Formats: sequence, C-alpha cells, structure tokens
Amino acid sequence: MTESPLDLTRRGSRLLGGGQGQARGVALSTASTIVVLAVFAALFLLAPGSAAVRHTFFSPSDMWHALIGDPAKGYYSVGAAIWLNIRMFLAAEAIILVAALLLAVIRQSTSPVLLPLRVVALAFVDVFRGVPTILVVYAVGFGLPALNLAVVSTQDPAVYGVLGLVLSYSAYVCEVYRAGINSVPLAQVSAARSLGLTHPQAMRYVILPQAVRTVIPPLLNDFISLQKDTALVSVLGAIEANRAAEIYSSTVFTYSSFVVAALLFLVLTIPLARFTDHLIARDRRRRLAGATV
Amino acid sequence: MSVPVSATGPAGSAYVAPAGSPALEVRGLTKSFGGHEVLRGVDLVVAPSEVICLIGASGSGKSTLLRCVNLLEPVTSGSVWLGGQEITAPAIDPDLVRRHIGIVFQSYNLFPHMTVLKNITLGPVKALRVPRAQAERDALALLTRFGLADRAGDYPDRLSGGQQQRVAMIRALAMSPRLMLLDEVTSALDPELVAEVLDVIRELAQAGMTMLIATHEMTFARDVASRVAFLADGEIAEQAPPSELFGNPRDERTRRFLRRITDAGRL
Repeated sequence: MTESPLDLTRRGSRLLGGGQGQARGVALSTASTIVVLAVFAALFLLAPGSAAVRHTFFSPSDMWHALIGDPAKGYYSVGAAIWLNIRMFLAAEAIILVAALLLAVIRQSTSPVLLPLRVVALAFVDVFRGVPTILVVYAVGFGLPALNLAVVSTQDPAVYGVLGLVLSYSAYVCEVYRAGINSVPLAQVSAARSLGLTHPQAMRYVILPQAVRTVIPPLLNDFISLQKDTALVSVLGAIEANRAAEIYSSTVFTYSSFVVAALLFLVLTIPLARFTDHLIARDRRRRLAGATV
Repeated sequence: MSVPVSATGPAGSAYVAPAGSPALEVRGLTKSFGGHEVLRGVDLVVAPSEVICLIGASGSGKSTLLRCVNLLEPVTSGSVWLGGQEITAPAIDPDLVRRHIGIVFQSYNLFPHMTVLKNITLGPVKALRVPRAQAERDALALLTRFGLADRAGDYPDRLSGGQQQRVAMIRALAMSPRLMLLDEVTSALDPELVAEVLDVIRELAQAGMTMLIATHEMTFARDVASRVAFLADGEIAEQAPPSELFGNPRDERTRRFLRRITDAGRL
C-alpha cells in the first residue's frame, strides 16, 4: 500500500512540527528551539541576581553532595531517598487501581439492596475529593498513631502516607473509571443481558473491559500526579526525596538539594508522560482507522 | 406452570412445548415511555416454527415490541407467555428467560474487545455454564455452517457489516433459543450485504426456528413469513399470511402503508 501525502502529514512528528519537507521542518524546529533557549539563558545569566541564584539553587558541589548524601555529616542521600517515593507510589497505585474500581462499580450499581453502600461510596468520594491531599495525609499520619491501637497505631510514617494517598486518589480514580463505564454504549449492555448474563456478569465481561481500555490515558495522567504527590508524605517525617532535600538544605542553607529532588521527580514522571502520549496517539490512530470501516 | 423456565436445563436440549400451547403469546401488551404510549394493546400468538414478520412505519413500535418480549423493556401492562408460561409474572427471573430467547439488533452490537469466537461462547459459558471446550466446538460448528469458520479468531472491526451481523445471529443461536427476535437486522447494511444475512434467516426458517422479525424488507417478508403482522398506532392493525396481506389488505392503514412502499419501488 502506498501512503498518501495526507497519511505522511498525520504521521509526521508533532513535536518537530512535521509537515511538508520533513528535513526543512526539522531544521526550522531546531533553529527556533536554539534561539528560544538562548534567549532564556541570556535572561537568566544577565539578571542582576543571577550569581546568587546560581549559587543558591544550582551549586554543582551542593547538588552532588545532596544526591549521594553523607551520613557522617548527618544528611541523607536524595538519590537514595527517591526509592521510598517509588515504593510508596507503586504500593499506592496497586491499591488505588483496585479500590477505585470497587468504588466505581458500587456507585454505578442500581440494585435497591446496595443503596447503603452507594451512599457510603458517594460520601467517600465527596469527602476525599474535596479535602486537600496534604490534609488527608496529616489526618491519617497523626490521627491513627494517636489512637494507640495495637497494629494500626504503630506503623511507619510511609505506611500512613500511602494510606492517605490511597484515600485521596481512590476518590479521583473512581470518577475516572465511572466516566469510562458511562462511555460504553447502552446497546452493549442490551446485547450482554439478552444473552442471559446477569448484571454483574455483563459488568465484568462486557462493560468493564471496554471502560478500562478507554480510561487508561486519564488514569496514567492521575498516576503522574500521584508520583509527585508522594512528596507530601515528607510532612509525616518519612525520609523520602523531598524530606532528604529539606534536611540537606537546612544544614547548608542553600536550595540546590531541592533542585536535585525536582530533577529526580522529572526523571520519574517524564517517561510515564511520554508513555501516556503514546497510548493516546495509538487510540487516536485506531479511532481514525475504525471510522473508515 | 407446566414448563419451568429453568437455569439448569442443558443448553442444547430440544424444547417441546406442551401440546397445543403456542411458542409465544402476547396478550394486551401496552408499553409507555414517560407519558408516551408506544404500544396500546398488542395481541399476538406465534405457533412453534412459525415465522412472523412485523412490518410498519418507523416508530410504530416494532422494536419496542421485540424488546418487551425478551424483557429488555419492562411491560407497562398485559402479559407475555413463552411456551405456555407467563414470563412477565413478577416471580420470573428475566435473566433466565432471556437465555431461551435470542435477539439480534440492527447495529449488530458485537463485543468489540472479544474475538468472534469469544463473542459467541460468552453466553453459553457464562450464562449456561457449558464447558468452554464444548462451547467452542459448538461455536465453530455454527461458524462453519454459516461460512464464517475462518473468521473465528478475528475481532469484529475486521469484519464487514454483513459478516458482523451473521456473527451476531450465530451468537444468539449459540444459546439454542426457543425463539429468535430479529430487529431490522439488515437496516444498517450496505445493499450488497443484505442478501447474505437474509440467507441465514431463510435457512433458520427452513430448520424450523420460531422467529419474530421486524423488517423493512417487504419482498423478503413475502418470501419467508408464515404470517405478516402490520403494526400501526401501537397495535396490530392486521395480520395475515403474506399473500393475503400484501395481495388483499383489508385495513385502510395497511393499504396506505403498502401503497407508500410500492410507490417507493420497494415491493
């Protein structure tokens, strides 16, 4: 099959401007990028406070020391501490995916028997979507230990942090799932029910598989946000990247360690962001292909 | 309750209606959506192996009648009887009833995330608890019978409209239904694809399947129906064997409808 110019345009890299004359487009994009970056660099370097900012935020030796840490001097490695963020993120993500799906299914249920559950789910979503995540983290991290219960009150701050993030994000992700469920045509429900499938069976085999496929990009978007928000757990004293950077910063009185933490977070979130873009582009291609059938 | 609508009966068991009881009976059926009364008292008796074609203008309630018969829409009043048992009775579980009634929709409604084979086996495996291997054998036999065996592993979006609609027919047939409801199954198809779907229906009619068919294909209705029922104003205005209804319509509304169809060159 030969490709029409239209196909080529569509496939041309959006980032590079694409379009007619791929080489010329790349050259133009490169040139304009260099000019823009040069302007920003000049503005930064020529600003009156440039030297001070560079010393405070971008000191290479401070950044290096913050990255590797030095137990002898009493500060933690930001590079090592980010592992806690990653672990908290992975744990929270796994729980949220399941908990939010459960919430969404309850909220979408219609059976009169489940009304109490629906009310609870609705209240849960309203409360945890409405309260700032940092306050939820505070409430869990300081509230549960204060209860003086056997297991519940003796956990690591990171555990409370994960719980706080799970509560907050499950409420959001529940609504994402619900949007997906509502996007499945009613005719699909009719088709499933006409085969004698019960409502839960239709949900499980027909509705949810289609709904989840639809919402993967917005779900990933929420998870990019979740990756960053693991930094909120620093308020509970867990030594994650943000907290490690704070400790370093308070010993040398510069902010370079925070820049290190920021860069590490970027290293985590950008691949996920690109992956999300990739899925969205793939979906779009599929829809375009589907539209011609 | 001589014939329980049972969940436990084997999928393929031949259903024998008690002597004399019709395959389907609709009595005084009404259906309203909000304040709008779509069906105003439909009475219809379908004998086993009969093929009834429902004709009538768009919006005359053909689809609603079919959806009421398999309980996808709750009826407002009146009753529906399947093989001598009332299925609109409050104690009846609609999920069990629907296992015995196949319905095929205008827009196919195949499950896009499943292969053809999975589309067909979902009902038997999940609703009838047929072992998967058995269900797949049955599905492949049906696919072979209707010339689609090579598409078993394909997803629906790889199929033409005609093929998708044939798969939808097979999906319904895989449940070994006592009754098939076809809701304008050729209306969404390109003209050159209509014949392959009509051929499937013809074959089913010859095999003795009881069918209730809402259709705009008058030539087909004349050809395949044992009886044609003309729906107007929410009721069956006239029903008769096709030669009689098309050749000598008695109701004024039927005459007007058929004249319009003839003028449009479709009869």
